[in-house]
This record gives sequence, C-alpha cells and structure tokens, in this order.
Amino acid sequence: MRLIKNGQFIEDEWTTVADEEALPEGSIIVTLERWNKEKDALVARKGKLGIRLKSGEDPSQIADQLAHFDLVALEFPVYRNGRAFSYANLLRERYEYKGEVRAVGNVLRDQFYFMVRVGFDALEVGDEITLEIFQESIGSFTHNYQPSADQKPSVLSLRQRLAANAAAGQKRG
Amino acid sequence: MYRYDEFDQRLVNERVAQFRGQVARRLSGELSEDAFKPLRLMNGVYLQLHAYMLRIAIPYGTLSSRQMHKLADISRKYDKGYGHFTTRQNLQLNWPALKDIPDLLEELASVEMHCIQTSGNCIRNTTSDHQAGAALGEVEDPRIICEVIRQWSTFHPEFSFLPRKFKIAVSATEQDRAAIRVHDIGIQIVTNSAGEIGYEVWVGGGLGRTPIVGKKISDFIAREDLLAYLESILRVYNMFGRRDNLYKARIKILVHEIGAEEMRKQVEAEFKEVKARGALQLPDEEVARIQAYFLPPDFETLSDEVPEIDALIAKDKDFADWMKSNISAHKHPGYSIVNISLKPTGLTPGDCSADQMDKIADIAEKYAFSEIRAAHEQNICLAHVRRKDLYEVYKALKAAKLATANIGLITDQIACPGLDYCNLANARSIPIAQEISERFKNIELQQKIGRLHINMSGCINACGHHHVGHIGILGVDKKGVEHYQVTLGGAADQTAAVGDIVGPAFTEGEIVNAIDTIVNTYLDIRQNDEIFIDTYRRVGAQPFKEKLYASH
Amino acid sequence: MAQHSRKGAQFHAVTANRLLDGVVVYLTATDEWSESLQDAEVAEGKEAADALLARGAVFFEPKNFALDVYLFEVEPTATGIRASSVREAIRQAGPTVRKDLGKQAKLDDTRASLNTSPQAVFA
Repeated sequence: MRLIKNGQFIEDEWTTVADEEALPEGSIIVTLERWNKEKDALVARKGKLGIRLKSGEDPSQIADQLAHFDLVALEFPVYRNGRAFSYANLLRERYEYKGEVRAVGNVLRDQFYFMVRVGFDALEVGDEITLEIFQESIGSFTHNYQPSADQKPSVLSLRQRLAANAAAGQKRG
Repeated sequence: MYRYDEFDQRLVNERVAQFRGQVARRLSGELSEDAFKPLRLMNGVYLQLHAYMLRIAIPYGTLSSRQMHKLADISRKYDKGYGHFTTRQNLQLNWPALKDIPDLLEELASVEMHCIQTSGNCIRNTTSDHQAGAALGEVEDPRIICEVIRQWSTFHPEFSFLPRKFKIAVSATEQDRAAIRVHDIGIQIVTNSAGEIGYEVWVGGGLGRTPIVGKKISDFIAREDLLAYLESILRVYNMFGRRDNLYKARIKILVHEIGAEEMRKQVEAEFKEVKARGALQLPDEEVARIQAYFLPPDFETLSDEVPEIDALIAKDKDFADWMKSNISAHKHPGYSIVNISLKPTGLTPGDCSADQMDKIADIAEKYAFSEIRAAHEQNICLAHVRRKDLYEVYKALKAAKLATANIGLITDQIACPGLDYCNLANARSIPIAQEISERFKNIELQQKIGRLHINMSGCINACGHHHVGHIGILGVDKKGVEHYQVTLGGAADQTAAVGDIVGPAFTEGEIVNAIDTIVNTYLDIRQNDEIFIDTYRRVGAQPFKEKLYASH
Repeated sequence: MAQHSRKGAQFHAVTANRLLDGVVVYLTATDEWSESLQDAEVAEGKEAADALLARGAVFFEPKNFALDVYLFEVEPTATGIRASSVREAIRQAGPTVRKDLGKQAKLDDTRASLNTSPQAVFA
C-alpha cells in the first residue's frame, strides 16, 4: 500500500495506533472508540492527532471536535460500501473541515475520480497504482453535472456562464 | 425531446472511452472479474444464462425515430436482430459480445444514447408516464424534471456505491401510469394553492423479496428545492441503509425499520442544511432551457370529429377492435395517443425485431413528429397522432405485425425474460405468457373480460412486477421442477397494492387452467360492468380460492 | 437461481461462459472448451468431479478465458449426454421460445436437440 496525496506519492508521516497499544510519539491516528475513551490524554499529548472512522461511524459524531484533528481517515471495508463518500462530503461541505481526509481500505482505481470529487485529498492505494493511472482516473470526465466538495464548476454553472456571455455578446453586438 | 448540448455529449463520449479502457484491461487480464464487475454493471452489462446482456437506457421512455433506427441497426450488427423492452422503459439486447460493446456504445453515443447506470448500486433510469405531453389532466410534462433528475444523478460522486440499486419514477397526472408508489422515490407533480409547481415525494416503495407500497414524506417540495430534497434522501440512505445483508439493503427496508416518520425527520434535517447551502437550488433558467425541448409539437387546428375514421370503424372490424383498445384520449383536439402492442399471440411479450423497430421509426417520422415512447408495460406508444391518420397508421402497423388489439386487456401481459434467458430465474415465464395469450386470444372474449393486468416474474426479484398485477404469477423452483404461484389484487397505479397469495403453487400443466378458473369466477360474480380488480376488491380472495383449490 | 444439481448426484460436467463473448461452453477431456454439451467430459463420483472443476477453474484465473466455471449434474445416456436440470437443459440448447436462436439453431441437430423440451427432469 502507498499513499497518494494531492496527486503525489508521499511517505506516510502518520502511525495508526491500535486501541490497546501505547501511544508513540509523532503523528498518530486513533479509532473513534479510543478517542471517546481517552479524550483528555489525547488532547494533552504533544504531536498531531488523526482519527479513523469505520463504516457506520458518521462524522456528525465528531463534528464539534474537528479542531483537534489534523487528519480524518475514512474506511472503505469493501469497495462496494460507499458510505465514506458521504462522510467525506459532509466533512468538507457541512463541517468545513480543512485537514487531511484520507481514504483507507479497499478501493478500485475507478473510484478515485469520485473520491477526489467528494473531498478526499489522500488515498491509500495498492502497489499496482502508478501516478499515471491515478491521473488518468481522476481525469476521466472533463465536466460534472453536480456541484461537489471539489468546488469545480458544474455543468449547470457553465451553462449559465455561456448564456450570460451570449447575452452580453448580444448586448454589445 | 431533449437534445444534448456540448456538455452532455462530451460526458457520454468520455464514458465510452473510459469503458473501452476498462474492457481492454479486463480482456488482457490486468483487471480481475471481481474488480470489473461493478464497472460493467454501471454500463449495463450483465452475464446471463446464454450470453452477456446489455441494457440500453431510454431516459423516461422517450426516443426519436433516428434513435430507434440506430437501435435496429445495433441489434442487427451486434446482436441477433431483436431487442426486449423492459418494465423500466429500457431496451435489452440478449447476445452482445463483450469485445464488441465499446464499439456498440460508441454508436449509441453518436445518437445521444448510452447504457450509463442501467445496472449497479447507483441511481437508475428515472421513468415516467409514456403518455407524457399528451395525457389529459397533466400538471406539466413530467419529462422536464425527469431530465433534470437524470443529469443530477449521472456520475453522482457521492451516490455511485449505494447499498443497492435506486429507482425513481415521476407522474404528472392523477392516473399514475408510472407506478411511482412502488419505487424507491416516487414523485407526483402537483400545484399548490398559489398555482406553483411542486412535488409530492414518496419513499420506500418497491417489489422483489419484500414488496411494499411507498410512504409519502412530503406534500409539497417547491420546484427549486427538489434536487436538494432528493440529495437529502439519497444521503440518508447512503449513510444509514444496511450494508450487511444484500437482501435488506434497499431504502424500503430502512424506511420499514425506522418508520416513515423518522425517515421524514432525518430527510428534513438534512434538507435544511443542503438547502441553506444553496448549491443545488434549481435555477429557473435551467428549467426553462430544458422545458423548451418539451414544448408541444406544432399541432394543427383539427376536430375530434373525423367522419372518415368513423366510417372505417363501422366497416373494418379489426380496425374497430384496435381503436377500442389501443387508442387513448389526447389533450389536443383532433389528436390521439396510439399504443403499439408488443404482445402478439404466442410470441415473447416486449420483444421487437429490428425490422419492426425500423417500421415504428418510419411510422413515427411520418405520423407522430418522429417521437416514440417505451411504456413500462413493455409496449410502445406514439403520443401525438392525428385522428385522421389513424387508419393509415393502423395499416402500417398491421403490416409489421404490430397491431394486436389488446392494450390493457388480459393478453397484454407483462413478463420478464425468465429462465429462457435469465441467470437469476427459477422458472420460465415466456412460455406461460404465450399459452395464456393463446388461450385468451379471442378478441370478443378479451373485450368481454375487460381491463385485466397479468404480470409474471420468473423469480422473486420481480422484474415482471408480478406483485402489482391484478393477477400476478411468480415462477418458483420446487425440487427442480418449475411451479407457478398466483397472487390476486395487486395494482401499480394510484390505488397501489401488493397482491395476495392465493394458495399453493401450480404446475406448468395447471397454471393456465388456473388463470381460466380465476377469469371465469370473475365473470360469474362481477356486477355492473366492474373490471376484475374492482370485483376482487369487493369480494376478496375467498371466492377465487374456493374455485382454484376445490379439488385440492 | 434454478437448481442445476442434486445432492449426491453421480455424474457431473463443467460449464462456463466465455469471457470474450459470453457464449456457454463445456470443458472437454483435452482441456478445451466446446460449445456443445456432447463434447463435455463427464466425471463420475465426487473425487472426479472435484478434479474436473479444478481443471476448469484455471481457465477463470489465471488463464482469463472463462467466467462462472461450475459443476452441474448430467446423465450419460445411450444417445448422448443429458443435462439433468431444466436450467442446464435450456442453457445447452438456447431459449425454448426461440428455437431459431442459440446452440439449437447452430449446432448439428442430433447434438443440441437432445434436450430442447425440458420437462420435470428431477423426477
């Protein structure tokens, strides 16, 4: 497994810590369960904190605590389980989370496109994935019908822009 | 009808290129079947009993003559010269080769067609009234909002990996010809007291293993808010729909488990947030832009009084029979809605040969503004035909064996492909439908019986909508032998109801006689010209059970 | 899905769909895939059936030639190999409602015609 962030392979600075494990130094990712149990200790600790949400643990549970996390990791237990698409979207659009949103678990390369659209900026990918594959995947479609967390203009807004230009052109002409 | 702009066309072209790449990777072995399967499903490619099957989208059942000609060409070139119109207004080809499908999709794209999201755990084809734009009492053409929904739901980044498939239907008349109450989301177009267009929204209807009529969760959503509301429903479903059990993953199960009231609350809470953000507010200009594609055609000023047609009805009995059953009233004077039956005696319900597709396209071009509709009853419809042209249209249809006079009658059956074609099936459905159509082929008998919907499915997945047939037939596998279970009293329209099982299943040899018994029982006890479903609602299942199982 | 084998069935063959075009095929004694059931290798007993399936399975992965490789019950008769279930009888012939399509139309009559009228075969 490797990590792609913002279109580049990067070394992972984060350590995912098991619930019973002692907390190491540095940037750590803990489960929601551990966060709920050891909140004070985790907040008091030096070093960056990340949290990992399973399928079924939707981000509303930590919405008012997001300031504590530099990273939220969202699990895809199987590629078919698309709950994390909604979780990522909520983090970005509803809760305006600005930290890293990372996809972990089992995803198909053909899902990269959707993941980037809903606000994942870091993806854990299989070893067979090259940057070329990644770029090809996220470049599958030039336009999108829907607005999304990626802030790309939707087809609707492009149509409005075209119509406005046409109207302005008519006015001038 | 809607025409693609540069954005629509580009999307479809890019999808073809994407799938071409995916097929190449699959064939080379780079992509495993497990990874390929969700991708091919999202392009409508199934693996069936004899071969691959491809499901082509016909958005809200509307297509042009040009598109129909292309479907004919494609079915000849890549398939075996025929196609099957489905209960979701799509077209299925039963024999395409995987290696040919990218080229096939490219040809479809050249006429603004595609197979996007016709399968898979995503939002499927939004279906509607095949009489849209022509029906009496229509609030507005439902296809306008259907096109809006189609675009919003295509490649939706958040909702492409739902717990299960998701189906939306829209109706704009009191008489529901789109079966909205047995869809995941059903939308009824209404107006409020201020005369503004808005939507009643139903959720959690569905058939299959656990048939349920949907629950209304909103009386009125303003037009500009509809996408925000739909997004809210989908988000609640995507997050809270079950992922642990494939058979409990539809939204109907979620609604059933948490209750309609709780569902409404959750949707409303989400809706409040989504609406506040404003990103999905539907601008008037976009509605107007799409509406312009669905303006009524250039109707002439004509009278409903056409003495020549009346004379022909008096003279030509076959024509008269056809007029009786296959014509629906049109809202514009001098025009009619022509229903083309794909249920000829003894053939496969819903199947249409390539030649017949070409004939329909030609007839539509000459007499119906080049516009064709696919109905969820697996028939075809020409929505705008001048009354004075009806005899010519009839003759042209008759020559193509497309003039069976049975729309809405007992032999106008809905039947899934069943074990003759389908990998999921437990029993064959088409031969039973054929036998029934033979048994009841006499036109006078059919007219005497009146409106009676027989729906049959070859397995519990209910693609033949048997739960909502007046008479439903479900094929089951009893120790490897095909059997048929009968339900009575289902309805798909605004009186939506799930049929009642009458008793033990019948054998292949018994089932047609059982249908005969049911029909005769009805004819014996009906009062005042009641149609079958009304008699059933008056007397219940008992009289039918008694007759069916008298000797058991 | 309709049944294709009974518990404790004695004879089996292996079938699959070809990846390239989806056509139904049967594993032969020489590890080839024929479109006709009559060319299929018949395995008698559980051990032979498992071995036959294992030979067929490699054509899914890693050979990437076939999909959905599985064992199904057959009956060797004097006039040829008979599929025991309705489902497989239909599968080896073609749709019963379109005798002009599929194997029943393409293959030599004496081959596909064997099971073109499936009845209650699990008797």
